[in-house]
Amino acid sequence: MSLNRKDLLGLEHLDKKDFQTVLDSVKPFKSLFTRSVKKAPTLIGKTVVTLFYEPSTRTRTSFEIAAKRLSADVVNISVSASSVVKGESLIDTGKTLEAMKADYIIIRHSMAGTPDILARNLSASIINAGDGFHEHPTQGLLDLYTMYEKKKRIEGLKILLVGDILHSRVAKSNIWALTKMGAEVAVAGPPTLIPPQIEGLGVKVHYNLDEAIKEADVVNILRIQLERQQENLFPSVHEYVELYQLTKERLAKAKSGVMVMHPGPMNRGIEISSDVADSQNAVINEQVTNGIAVRMAVLYLLKPTKVKKNASSN
Amino acid sequence: MSEIILNAGTFQKAIEKISKEVIEKNKNSKDLAIVGIHNKGVIIAKRIISEITKLSLSEELKIPFGTLDITLYRDDIDDFGSDMPIIKDTVIPFDISKKNIVLVDDVLYTGRTVRAALDVLMDFGRPKSIQLAVLVDRGYRELPIEANYVGVRCLSKENIKVECCETDKEDRVITIK
Repeated sequence: MSLNRKDLLGLEHLDKKDFQTVLDSVKPFKSLFTRSVKKAPTLIGKTVVTLFYEPSTRTRTSFEIAAKRLSADVVNISVSASSVVKGESLIDTGKTLEAMKADYIIIRHSMAGTPDILARNLSASIINAGDGFHEHPTQGLLDLYTMYEKKKRIEGLKILLVGDILHSRVAKSNIWALTKMGAEVAVAGPPTLIPPQIEGLGVKVHYNLDEAIKEADVVNILRIQLERQQENLFPSVHEYVELYQLTKERLAKAKSGVMVMHPGPMNRGIEISSDVADSQNAVINEQVTNGIAVRMAVLYLLKPTKVKKNASSN
Repeated sequence: MSEIILNAGTFQKAIEKISKEVIEKNKNSKDLAIVGIHNKGVIIAKRIISEITKLSLSEELKIPFGTLDITLYRDDIDDFGSDMPIIKDTVIPFDISKKNIVLVDDVLYTGRTVRAALDVLMDFGRPKSIQLAVLVDRGYRELPIEANYVGVRCLSKENIKVECCETDKEDRVITIK
């Protein structure tokens, strides 16, 4: 069982078998959480570095907890307090971390493709924790797992992604994973926030949320970045709320048992109303818990190794 | 050519032998629990529970039963290259503290699997005692670990395969050259 790769840069190049490998691997890691000792010694002696060029609390903390639950040593580097502000290049930073024997480097960067540059230059396993508008693969995998866990299948599920699809790396990773696993994916949002030719990825486009929501088994609400309003990509926050906020009234138009997801952090009262966020339909907290288990599975499946031989012990 | 170490008949006798010894050693204990190590140890453990229940002539006897996977606790995980072992569920649906646990596996060889299994159990709590039952002890230990209950001893440097009718054609234990 393997992902057959050193790095996890995105979900675009993973196939159905890879996604199934991840889905099959997560449950034993999640079962660790119910024990008084929530750790296993799997990655003892390995070093995991989180290198974040953008602020993040939940993703970095999730990776840190995942690595610590597998007994790895974890070092967190915030770029604002690092040599990067003194002008060090990305590759030099990476090579320095590798010289310090980092086994995994988890990177977040505002430029798409940055993790790929590190992966091509270093032997450490590189995990993309979000690059520009490109991908956020572990978020895509944890969303996939949460749907699989709750709905017991992915094939044939109707998934609706709502909001800023254009700037969302979560949306792209979701689309790659879900369409390859046989789900029917649709997006809904203002025309200015839907990427052109997205239909080419096998995705239906809706501009009317009230219509789109009727068929959905799962609604994944994306965070609206309020600075987009200053870029004139939608007329006003008030109008966005009127047309695209997931409210109790809108949710009532969906099938019973519709599942509501949000990758966080939420803007309550903007893309999602508070009563929906706290409703029985929402699995937002389960997404956070699953995020740790999924990241543990990814660290396990990518685990860098030097020698390949058949080991046996009874 | 593979050699048959246990056939269907002697396989069953080995299970009965282990079960009788477990009852004998734990006869005054109400705290007995049995935990099987994936994969075949789980099947052997279920057989032992069934045999103990039969021998005790009590259908009321409910021995707490758990399963454990040692993959995350292996000491040779670097040796697997990128092809990582599949992890099975570890399910211990009872409080292990104050229990006398009989840990069950199919084959005891280097002792490394049992070492890892002990680590897993200790992360669940502090049992009163842990005993070890194995269907086959093939010797050549690399760690100082011995079984309390052994179905059959067979010193062998050849790999040993345990087949059970639950997953294979029949109950038997064979050597593989």
